[in-house]
Amino acid sequence: MTTGELVCPAGTPAALRTAVDAGADSIYCGFQNATNARNFPGLNFTPQELGKAVQYAHEKGAKVLLALNTYPPEGKFGLWREAADLGADLDVDAYIVADMGVAAYVADNHPDKRLHLSVQAAAASPDAIRYYVREFGVRRVVLPRILTIPEIREIKQEIPCEIETFIFGNHGLMVEGRCSLTNYATGLSTNMDGVCSPAHLVEYRRDAEGGMATRLGPFTIDRFGPDESAGYPTICKGRFCNSEHPEGYYAFEEPISLNLSRLLPELMDAGVNAFKIEGRQRSRAYVKKVVAAFRAAVDDIRDGLEPALSDLAALTEGQKQTEGAYKTKKWR
Amino acid sequence: MTPGLTIGPIHYFWAAEKKRDFYARIADEAPVDTVYLGEVICSKRQPFFDQHLPEVAERLSRAGKRVVFSGLAEVMLKRERKACAELAGQNELEIEVNNAAALFHLPPGRRHRIGPFMMVYNGETLAHLAERGATHVTVPVEMPATSVAGMAQRAAALGVGLEVQVFGRAGLATSARCYHARAYGRTKDNCQFVCEEHSDGLPLDTRDGEAFLRVNGIQTLSHSYVNLFAEVPAMAEIGVTDLRLLPQDTDMVAVASVFDDIRNARIDTTEAEARFDEIPIEAPFSNGFWYGEAGHRRIEANARPLA
Repeated sequence: MTTGELVCPAGTPAALRTAVDAGADSIYCGFQNATNARNFPGLNFTPQELGKAVQYAHEKGAKVLLALNTYPPEGKFGLWREAADLGADLDVDAYIVADMGVAAYVADNHPDKRLHLSVQAAAASPDAIRYYVREFGVRRVVLPRILTIPEIREIKQEIPCEIETFIFGNHGLMVEGRCSLTNYATGLSTNMDGVCSPAHLVEYRRDAEGGMATRLGPFTIDRFGPDESAGYPTICKGRFCNSEHPEGYYAFEEPISLNLSRLLPELMDAGVNAFKIEGRQRSRAYVKKVVAAFRAAVDDIRDGLEPALSDLAALTEGQKQTEGAYKTKKWR
Repeated sequence: MTPGLTIGPIHYFWAAEKKRDFYARIADEAPVDTVYLGEVICSKRQPFFDQHLPEVAERLSRAGKRVVFSGLAEVMLKRERKACAELAGQNELEIEVNNAAALFHLPPGRRHRIGPFMMVYNGETLAHLAERGATHVTVPVEMPATSVAGMAQRAAALGVGLEVQVFGRAGLATSARCYHARAYGRTKDNCQFVCEEHSDGLPLDTRDGEAFLRVNGIQTLSHSYVNLFAEVPAMAEIGVTDLRLLPQDTDMVAVASVFDDIRNARIDTTEAEARFDEIPIEAPFSNGFWYGEAGHRRIEANARPLA
């Protein structure tokens, strides 16, 4: 098994080519519908685009991983079935799945394809991971962003499959695949529809004093003063009030980006096989810069050199970064 | 067929004495068929009530209630893995699994229930689990009626029970981080069990002063109480076998009695509404998820009594 495989996002065919050219080992992407967890307007691939993208990636020695990582509600399973079959026809290298029904379908109908367990399945223990390996032949688990490096090391020793961890991008706070906050506010479900804080239900409302309220559906997620820059209203990154914090506080987490660049050697040593960069919604320029920087870093580490990653700080949300749960249990 | 009525596991951290009193009253007075026991949210809370579980279970059984032991939703630490293995390994009790870690430890074919944290959204997942011994599934709280109807058909064909939460705050998210501890500047390891101070959750209001969410340790809940009393006749018709009431810090016996009357067509929804007005509940009711709308909404049901 190789370690340090760089798994990179692509929301568009152009981003995919960019990521491949910048040195990605694998690219993950999805179709233009609810079968993947970044079902945003203007993102993702038509079948024709995906076919060409796979061809491009394969010519350059990169792999394409198809995200089928949402939960089909009863009555709509056919859409996920079609997406899986289409993926096989288009020669994708692996499927990233969360739902047991989808995993069973792929295992039964496309047994020659690799199955990766999405972070959306929320398998955070060796026991849970081994269930998916035993029942569906899962070859790799994408670990939730909640484990410390010693914990990852221990898990690795107990599971018969590869580990992929997030190293850069959005810092998810809730257990993924278990969050209905967006649906509570908007009527669109992260699990069933593949959306989180959908842009068409977001509103930036300026008040009389020059401040800004950011809203999702009918709820104010945060308020900003005239001198503050207003963040995107994601519920788990909003400010709310209670008796302890009458003026409002980041009840879940501050808007902050995950950046594990300094921990890469430790992660590799702990047995992490693949590093995932979040951001299928990001621009080509972003993808190019991030992928190239991490490519150089991983190559440096493999060559026993100290990696240089100073440029990446500038790309993180609000310039603030965290190593989140990976560094310390105190995060919890 | 008249659906069964169940009391789901207590999601909040109530003191042992409060829990014992609660279950004693449920045993003596609540017209429910099944009671789910056990801590599902936080493994740190487990030692405080584990010792009382046998006695409470016996009391409920003697009162004619079916007792089911529910497992943890989040499993990561050694003690949580051990709790899962123990739950799956014992022979005496009926269990509800809320994490795949417990599925791993179940002996082949062992009968068990699947809880709402397992995210069973479709018949394919249901069939996979039923083949491995699942006898009963509670669907996620966000599941719309259109999908529940299809699920109920699939469940009936598989001989599996299908349960829907009809009362109580909607569990909207869980995390590895304890937001209750965070509100007090603490961490999960150093929480000092501050969650015990909020028997119905810690409010999170918007900065405009609107009640929005509640924090319960690692869990985030809705401010509104899901209340699907008006939808009970429709649920019975589509084949939902059990209706789950999630314990809130209010008069749950009175809540159970309204649902019992409405499932048996002894009262109509107008009377049910009037009865709920008498119960001390501050939060608004919501039913949006059931209609495929935003969960916080309350939508007028096109309701009629059970035939």
